[in-house]
Amino acid sequence: MNSADLSIALPEILLSLWAMVALMAGAYFGKDKLASFLTWGTVAVFGFLAILVSVLEPQSREGFGGLFIDDSFARFSKAVILVSGAAVLVMGMDYLERTKLMKFEYPILVALATVGMMVMVSAGDLITLYMGLELQSLALYVLAAFRRDSVRATEAGLKYFVLGALASGLLLYGASLVYGYSGTTRLADIASTVQGDRLPIGLLMGLAFMLSGLAFKVSAVPFHMWTPDVYEGAPTPVTAFFATAPKVAAMALLARLVFDGFGAASADWGQILGFLAAASMVVGAVGALGQRNLKRLMAYSSISHMGFALLGLTAGTVAGVEATLIYMAIYVTMSIGVFAFMLTMRREGRPVVQIDDLNMLSKTQPLQALALLILMFSLAGVPPLIGFWAKFAVLTAAIGAGYVLLAVIGVIASVIGAFYYLRIVYFLYFGTESDPLDRDVAPVQRWLTLVAAAITLLGVINLFGLEGAASVAAQALAN
Amino acid sequence: MLNLLSIITFLPAAAAVIMAFWLHGDDANAQRQAKILALAATSVTFLISLILLFSFDPANPGFQQVVEREWIMGLTYKMGVDGISVLFVMLTTFLMPITIAACWNVNIRVKEYMIAFLLLETLLIGVFVALDLVLFYLFFEAGLIPMFLIIGIWGGKNRIYAAFKFFLYTFFGSVLMLVAMIYMFMQAGTTDIPTLLTYEFSAGPLSLLGWQIAGGAQTLLFLAFFASFAVKLPMWPVHTWLPDAHVQAPTAGSVLLAAVLLKLGGYGFLRFSLPMFPVASDLLSPAVLWLSAIAIVYGSLVALVQTDMKKLVAYSSVAHMGFVTMGIFALNKQGVDGAIFQMLSHGFISSALFLSVGVVYDRLHTREIEAYGGLVNRMPTYAAVFLVFTMANVGLPGTSGFVGEFLTFMAVYQANTWVAVVAATGVILSACYALWLYRRVVFGALVKDSLKSIADMDAREKMMIAPLLVMVLLLGVYPALVTDIIGPSVDNLLTHFQAAVGIDASAQVASTAAAAAPSQ
Repeated sequence: MNSADLSIALPEILLSLWAMVALMAGAYFGKDKLASFLTWGTVAVFGFLAILVSVLEPQSREGFGGLFIDDSFARFSKAVILVSGAAVLVMGMDYLERTKLMKFEYPILVALATVGMMVMVSAGDLITLYMGLELQSLALYVLAAFRRDSVRATEAGLKYFVLGALASGLLLYGASLVYGYSGTTRLADIASTVQGDRLPIGLLMGLAFMLSGLAFKVSAVPFHMWTPDVYEGAPTPVTAFFATAPKVAAMALLARLVFDGFGAASADWGQILGFLAAASMVVGAVGALGQRNLKRLMAYSSISHMGFALLGLTAGTVAGVEATLIYMAIYVTMSIGVFAFMLTMRREGRPVVQIDDLNMLSKTQPLQALALLILMFSLAGVPPLIGFWAKFAVLTAAIGAGYVLLAVIGVIASVIGAFYYLRIVYFLYFGTESDPLDRDVAPVQRWLTLVAAAITLLGVINLFGLEGAASVAAQALAN
Repeated sequence: MLNLLSIITFLPAAAAVIMAFWLHGDDANAQRQAKILALAATSVTFLISLILLFSFDPANPGFQQVVEREWIMGLTYKMGVDGISVLFVMLTTFLMPITIAACWNVNIRVKEYMIAFLLLETLLIGVFVALDLVLFYLFFEAGLIPMFLIIGIWGGKNRIYAAFKFFLYTFFGSVLMLVAMIYMFMQAGTTDIPTLLTYEFSAGPLSLLGWQIAGGAQTLLFLAFFASFAVKLPMWPVHTWLPDAHVQAPTAGSVLLAAVLLKLGGYGFLRFSLPMFPVASDLLSPAVLWLSAIAIVYGSLVALVQTDMKKLVAYSSVAHMGFVTMGIFALNKQGVDGAIFQMLSHGFISSALFLSVGVVYDRLHTREIEAYGGLVNRMPTYAAVFLVFTMANVGLPGTSGFVGEFLTFMAVYQANTWVAVVAATGVILSACYALWLYRRVVFGALVKDSLKSIADMDAREKMMIAPLLVMVLLLGVYPALVTDIIGPSVDNLLTHFQAAVGIDASAQVASTAAAAAPSQ
């Protein structure tokens, strides 16, 4: 280890340092009185680091003997993770204060989870991969059960912990098989032991187990069972966090694993990912149909969206990786907009999350309702909103790689999915008038929803340059 | 960006943005301002589109006024018009001010209503001028959003069901087209429509899941596009969203739906199916012809038994769209000419009929045919106007309805005589339902108390319907106005089509001969 290694991992080190300083500060002074200061501090650090990783020189670097990779792909993912983490922290503050959950541990746990994610997307070795994943997961387990006095939140945390531990076990078992059959834990070396475009059976089993573990983290079907329950049980700001940054990190890790470690055998893992993608798209769409709780609905919606994102990786091409990155960035933007709105949903001070609570919102809060309308149509994938471009990118990649049938399954699932997004629009605009929601909304939340909707709408002009950045990132990974 | 087509396309959207941000309040004054602004914007759009029409060179079969820019994901922002699309642009811009005038009496959420209509105009014009596959898809699909809201917010009693049905039906149709478009993008390496028009997609036999598919990839692509356009048009048996949507939509919504939205399907067939998949079109034309004949007869029969005026007109639209597909898939010049003519003419006639229904609906708030009778006694002008459009709907010579039907019949007689025979019975049936409707509503004694004080059409209503009346009669006596403009483009389309089918026929002979050779 030398100073060059440290400079490669500089963003992670800075964030860890901040987390420790914040922990000390919280423990020694003021306790929860510092919570909002620490939250803003964490947001500032996230923002600073996001800028830092975006302006770093573009070449790929390896540190710690190949354990840690810093390339455009990692930087792109880190930027998305940091920005979405910052947005989630900012928009959750008002909610946490109102529900008396504003503890100083909250921003620290988010920061630690984020360090884990940043390590995940930079992992060049199975060990780093697992370390990052566990750091992230442990922080998230605690966050899920953050509301200690609520049975549901505790249940959610416990459920997430037990199933998460199982998934980690699967992943570790797979990793050990891979190590056993390739003799190395470094992804690049694993790739060099693969001869031809077919994996030996041992490596294939190992890969299958590892993919199962990661599928749990991205909540792809059939490893999705925890998602609706955890989304529902966790406090809404935590749910918003679950729905955004960890999904990006796990998806990027998945891409890193299959491309860096098993790049030549794309036909083998393409089948596995193809099944996960198809099942997620369909189950996510169908499962959401009967949901009345907005959080559960978003859980199924996220399952379906992860299916689409996996469709890009299934293609196994540079275009596919690019499409997945575009998909994740756009998905995160839309999710932040929707969750920022959900955090404002209160009636007489009490948070509500049923979809019929939205009844005729267009009368009382026309601008918010319009923003939500745009976001819903975008999630459904109707052009010209950016949700369509996300789908267009992955479908193009999949069809370009010959997966026409998967694309057809995907678009049919998106029609089924359109129904429940439309039902939200139905409540917003066509419903019957009932007690309106509280209107004293925190400006930050209001603006996040509006900005997300504006991005969704205006993205049609040039996607805000997202395409170019994603293209560079994808080249770095897949070559 | 400052190109004539871009201006025409985005001017209404710009007006909508202005309205959204600078017009506040929902009192009578603000409502009035919103209506006036919308009317002004659509009228100006129409005037500018006249420049397009007069600067259009009918002798040139290619695309004119082309604008091209780089866009995202390897696509281009490309627009242009040829003889086929220019008239649809005109139809849209012509009808839009009338549509706005038709909603003068709306008084709930007027601002949003006007914004929805203005956005819809932008999207509809965009569909006709787009020269990039994905740009076309974007406009084609985005139109669903305002239409969903128009039906769902301002519609009748059963509006929610109708709005969902409309959205999901048409969305399902078009996503399959999206897959096909992406496949074409991957195959041809471009989404540029003029290039794709001359690209030959593989038509060699293909085996899918053990099925031999004649026409290969072309057939599959054709079917994917067909799914979308057939739903939009709508063709039997996927027409069931139309009566629901029509009946529940407000008058102006129905007008736009019938006059322009239905034409997207027919336009799509002409722009994509025929020139891009000629072999498949040739192969499947008998099936489409029979579906059209069924649509004509079935639509007319169902129209006969309707008790709701709007539903009757809606089913008559299904029948009239049957003539359009029949003309297109007769695959000859009279047919394509007739189909385009029929679409334009139906645009005027059906919107006039919906407006006529709207006139009496505004007075009595019911569309039940039973509620009316003897209107001629109190509303002579209305009776006269309604008579002209009823006759035009039947296809009386001298009205535009006749020309379209006559041309398509002539075409299909050459292509498939039996289809022509069956479809001809539909014409008789259309006379039955249209005249019977007219008799029940307008003639007879004025006995119902609710009708005793009904007033004739006011100035606004007359102003609304007069241009339609002029167009229906003008095109009826001088159809060359249309056929001169579409002629060269249609010739170009059919020359290309026949060449492609001819070449492919000989290529298939050659390939079967080659396949037979080794086995000997």
